[in-house]
Amino acid sequence: MSLIRAHDISVHHGDFPALEHVSFAIEAGEIVTVVGPNGSGKSTLLRTILGVFEPSKGRIEKKAGLTIGYVPQKLAQDSGLPLTVRGFLSLPKRVSDAQAKAALEETGANGLEQRQISQLSGGQMQRVLLARAILNEPDILILDEPTQGLDQPGAADFYALIEKVRNNHGCAVLLVSHDLHVVMSASDRVLCLNGHICCEGTPTVVRDAPEYRALFGHGTQGTLALYQHEHDHSHDGCDHDHGAHSND
Amino acid sequence: MITGRIPMIDDFLLRAGLAVIALALATAPLGCFVIWRRMAYFGDATAHAAILGVAIAFGFDISVGIGVLVVALGMALSVTALSNRGHAMDGALGALSHSALALGLVAISLIRGVRIDVEAYLFGDILAVTQNDLWVIWLGVLAVPALILWRWQNLLTTTLNTEIARASGINPEREQMVLTIALAIVVALSIKIVGALLISAMLLIPPSAARNFAHTPAGMALLAVGLSMLAGLGGLWLSFSADTPAGPSVVVMAAAIFLFTQLFRRKG
Repeated sequence: MSLIRAHDISVHHGDFPALEHVSFAIEAGEIVTVVGPNGSGKSTLLRTILGVFEPSKGRIEKKAGLTIGYVPQKLAQDSGLPLTVRGFLSLPKRVSDAQAKAALEETGANGLEQRQISQLSGGQMQRVLLARAILNEPDILILDEPTQGLDQPGAADFYALIEKVRNNHGCAVLLVSHDLHVVMSASDRVLCLNGHICCEGTPTVVRDAPEYRALFGHGTQGTLALYQHEHDHSHDGCDHDHGAHSND
Repeated sequence: MITGRIPMIDDFLLRAGLAVIALALATAPLGCFVIWRRMAYFGDATAHAAILGVAIAFGFDISVGIGVLVVALGMALSVTALSNRGHAMDGALGALSHSALALGLVAISLIRGVRIDVEAYLFGDILAVTQNDLWVIWLGVLAVPALILWRWQNLLTTTLNTEIARASGINPEREQMVLTIALAIVVALSIKIVGALLISAMLLIPPSAARNFAHTPAGMALLAVGLSMLAGLGGLWLSFSADTPAGPSVVVMAAAIFLFTQLFRRKG
């Protein structure tokens, strides 16, 4: 049985349709990457899976007792909450020192236990967030733009780490990203999102798909989200403009 | 003194001391969450609404504590609902909070037949705390740290990141509700001690002073309790020896402690 299965879900923010007719399933142990430009509904999809938003149509089915390890982009910053890395790893479930140490070692954040969360660098923070998420052995890791703010080698390292973690624990991984050229190789499957699922498949299949090329341009790096959408099917009730395309 | 009462508790100063100690146990840990979650407006609005609660209590001849609790809870729930709806609520919150205060003051002046000492509710009248009040304060006030301890892990997780909370099966709205209820209880119990206008000060100042010295959330909450008790007892002493109003004296002491801690703060 799939870990998570979305049946034709639509999600609206007020009157604005953020997602329309999205269906997909995530199986145990696979790495699924959702890519799409800013405003394509990636975050909405992720938050709908977490239960922050209710689908206005369709439904999301989760395996009974599904455990999720969530890696957010960042924590509430500058809130003045004094918290060590060790304390953070014990949220919400308390873990032993040995478990905390093992998780930090696995993600390459060894020895940071006594450091204040607010004093971590971007790269250290990502590793600590990941360490917390893999404690308690989740069925699936969900990561929201985990490489935002990391440079290209840093991002590549982090994706390699995610793959290693998946191999160690056998958990599935659902990853949201707009920085695709690095992520693609590690994924079993890619969903290309722009309000709906434009195309999906293995990284190579998606890379060669005309919808993907229209969405992200050819071989560009870093500025992908700037390229406008252009494809030949229509969206009912959805008036975003796919016409402006300056890259051809 | 052979009536079975504990003689020492008949002493009004001792009663006042026990009241501020009780209050510190509730305001300091709750105040930490108010700071971490950036809900300073929340304390103000709820406390201001308490005056409306006083007016309603006198108008309908019910207990002041109950009147304040109900109105404070209503206000705290409205503010929570408003702030969940998104940003740019400052104007609406300010309007709500100050109109509740103004409406309460107008309503109190219109109630005929009773002379109500409004100042006692605005600035506290701690030296008039009775033995009965003291029992109610201690019982009610202990409920707040108990509530916070019970939800501690969930509250901290929600404060750090609501999505981590959701992914872990915690409902952030329910945790927010715990704080909302705790705040209404604190307002209802402390209006007689520090007064409606200064409850926020007791929520915010001791935790702010503790913040610079704490490495963990629990450490900050415990230190805030200690500083809050110190401010309460120091304020009572000031009030008694200089014949100043008790509520403002307690807050002046808290502010002095805050300034003092700023001189010794860790860098950063």
